[in-house]
Amino acid sequence: MTPAIYRIDSRVEEFPGTCTVRISPESAGGARRCSAGQFNMLYAFGAGEVPISMSGLQGDGSYVHTIRIQGLVTRALHRLNEGDSLGVRGPFGCGWPMDKVAGRQLLVVAGGLGMAPLRPIVQALMAGSARPASVQLFYGARRPQEMLYAAEVEQWSRALKVVTTVDHADTGWPGQIGVITKPLGAASVDIENALVFLCGPEVMMRFCIQVLLAKGVATEAIYLSMERNMKCAIGHCGHCQWGPNFVCKDGPVFCYRDIRPWFDIRAL
Amino acid sequence: MRGIQQLLQQHALFQDLPEADLTLIGGCGENCVYNAGEYIARENAPADFFYVIREGRVAVETYMPNHGALCLQTLHDGDIFGWSWLFPPYRWTFDARALEKVRAVRLDGKCLRQKCEEDPRLGFELMKRFARIVTERLQATRLQLLDVYSSERPRTAETRQ
Amino acid sequence: MQDFVLLAANLDRLIQALRAAGYQVMGPTLRDGAIVYDEIHAVGDLPQGWGDDQEKGRYRLKRRQDGAYFGYAAGPHSWKKFLQLPRRPVWQAQKTGHSMQITAAVETVPAMAFLGVRSCELHAIAAQDRVFVTDQYRNDSYSQRRAKLFTVAVNCTSAAATCFCTSMQTGPGVTLPCDLEMTEVIDGAEHFFLLRGGSADGEEILRQLPLSPATERHHRLAQDAVRRTAEQMAQGPRHFDSADLQALLYRNYDSPSWDQVADRCLSCANCTMACPTCFCSTVEDTTDLSGDHAERWERWDSCFTGDFSYISGGAVRADTRSRYRQWMTHKLATWYDQFGSSGCVGCGRCIAWCPVGIDITEEVQRIREAESG
Repeated sequence: MTPAIYRIDSRVEEFPGTCTVRISPESAGGARRCSAGQFNMLYAFGAGEVPISMSGLQGDGSYVHTIRIQGLVTRALHRLNEGDSLGVRGPFGCGWPMDKVAGRQLLVVAGGLGMAPLRPIVQALMAGSARPASVQLFYGARRPQEMLYAAEVEQWSRALKVVTTVDHADTGWPGQIGVITKPLGAASVDIENALVFLCGPEVMMRFCIQVLLAKGVATEAIYLSMERNMKCAIGHCGHCQWGPNFVCKDGPVFCYRDIRPWFDIRAL
Repeated sequence: MRGIQQLLQQHALFQDLPEADLTLIGGCGENCVYNAGEYIARENAPADFFYVIREGRVAVETYMPNHGALCLQTLHDGDIFGWSWLFPPYRWTFDARALEKVRAVRLDGKCLRQKCEEDPRLGFELMKRFARIVTERLQATRLQLLDVYSSERPRTAETRQ
Repeated sequence: MQDFVLLAANLDRLIQALRAAGYQVMGPTLRDGAIVYDEIHAVGDLPQGWGDDQEKGRYRLKRRQDGAYFGYAAGPHSWKKFLQLPRRPVWQAQKTGHSMQITAAVETVPAMAFLGVRSCELHAIAAQDRVFVTDQYRNDSYSQRRAKLFTVAVNCTSAAATCFCTSMQTGPGVTLPCDLEMTEVIDGAEHFFLLRGGSADGEEILRQLPLSPATERHHRLAQDAVRRTAEQMAQGPRHFDSADLQALLYRNYDSPSWDQVADRCLSCANCTMACPTCFCSTVEDTTDLSGDHAERWERWDSCFTGDFSYISGGAVRADTRSRYRQWMTHKLATWYDQFGSSGCVGCGRCIAWCPVGIDITEEVQRIREAESG
């Protein structure tokens, strides 16, 4: 499976070391269906491929991806400018269960870069689709300067209930200072009707799940996105195995009920 | 007085306390308002009160000579501020400052301390409830220390191959 | 189905018929002190009269008393190296200004005939088929090779001490489809192959051979040889009941036995290279000196390496304990959830080729004992 060539239409530096790009195919081709929570394999010439989640659903054949420098390949991708090209394979994996959202009390819980795969969800909600009964967004980050989509989050907070919390900030920062588990624990949750989409560092998700379960949220109402090493994205290379799951094709979004036995096994 | 008791009754900290205890605690409380920038507590000053924040944001801060005030945490509607009144030497360990207009119930710890000494049952009940807040804050602090959103590897972890 | 007798003296006719039909014949041959799989041009390439002596961490060639062609057990190689290539180009990329072109590597896929495939090995190929051909996505390189494959299976009449196919229900008699099925029989001075066609292609090859119809006696001799092999394994120390393996391992992610095996395991990856079902791979991206030409290669990888589970910050499976547990639990438990079968076919390669003599059947037993206290 060879990558299709895409070109960078626009590039925004979110904060140093992290950028969001919109890319479209170099040669015209049918737009491939993709959904929030899925990912593409992005190829930087000669450097290699990395899995990067969808950070926006354009519906016009272009993709939006947020890239943070983590290693060699992401460094090469981050270095690309508008007009430069890259390779794209995808989309792969299972996304967020949008069909379950209607009528539910939706809690979107994002930590750090975990906001990236959840952004299309919030954008869809802002556009009036999916029709949940209510929406609360909890977004935790390290510092206000390291929050993704800052201007957009500001817009969202005018239409939705948005709680932002950072580990460190000056008191001029209008959000909370502390950790995300605190506002999540304090949130009013209708346990019968709640639906949670959770994405962030694994340890952050673990603590959030503890809080949610303590509140009485059902395991089947919690969905989360997992990260493991991926090379092929199609269940052949074996790298992303996590218990019986291939994170690339069975995930990356899993229902917590289904993966609960594996979630707490260390070094799995 | 009746109003304070009702306010307390609705708060998780005082849930299911016997009516008599609530009356007693309510008797030690009064409503108060702080304007943005006003200090609610100052490091090292006597800690004779604790607060149920009803509305507004409070910053828990410490002062660094080469930096100024450093905010460790913000507290919000429904949060409790202050447990120093329970433990000797009964002095605040951090500053607390209103970041906006804050409405709170201020409870007289000095008076409650006295009553807890006299009535160990009440003392234990309050101690349990405050210990819960302390452990929650400790847990949150540890999580904050983990620096989970950093792209750096945790400094405390042993170096893996 | 009609069975035939091919005299051993005519075995070369089979090889030549396959070659004439356009197949590259792959089969057993002696090399580097072992019986390995390589291209076979004539019957002389086969390891006639050679067997092997295998135990934990031990493999030695051994002269047989007879002139058997297939009188050995599984060696260091498996057939997977011909289907899932150990190293293969995936694509080439060329940079031109701000753009690039990516071209898939074009493989010339030979039609191969595997000569001497044991039942455990047919099961191993079937296990890889479920990964690369019939799962959600197809691996084209593997699928093309597999589609053209002709298999000459042999009913196994010589098990090593390391073999445990009877425990995994994969042998020694052939139980999966093949193009030709044969049993090698040596009875006194008599040396022949009992042959049976398993496909139209197989029947076509049969028509070109000097065959005689098989009698009751031929059948009995062949069945006896396979039965003796089964009995030998059933009585051996490595025979065990595998019915509960999946549940056993799922219950024992925290078994102290993982620490014990981790003390011995070198994380050398030998078991994964020798295993006929291990399918993990990785890719390597390179550029030439000009920086304008890049290539991607795929090569076998192993869950025992540190890089294997690397995500930003470090390896998920940082120690040998977690890597051995991953490997063994994948083979014997999670494979069922993923592909509906065991990932272990009982060939014993991982036992013989482990440099410190770790024995997967012993480890199963150790977990069982640790559990029952």
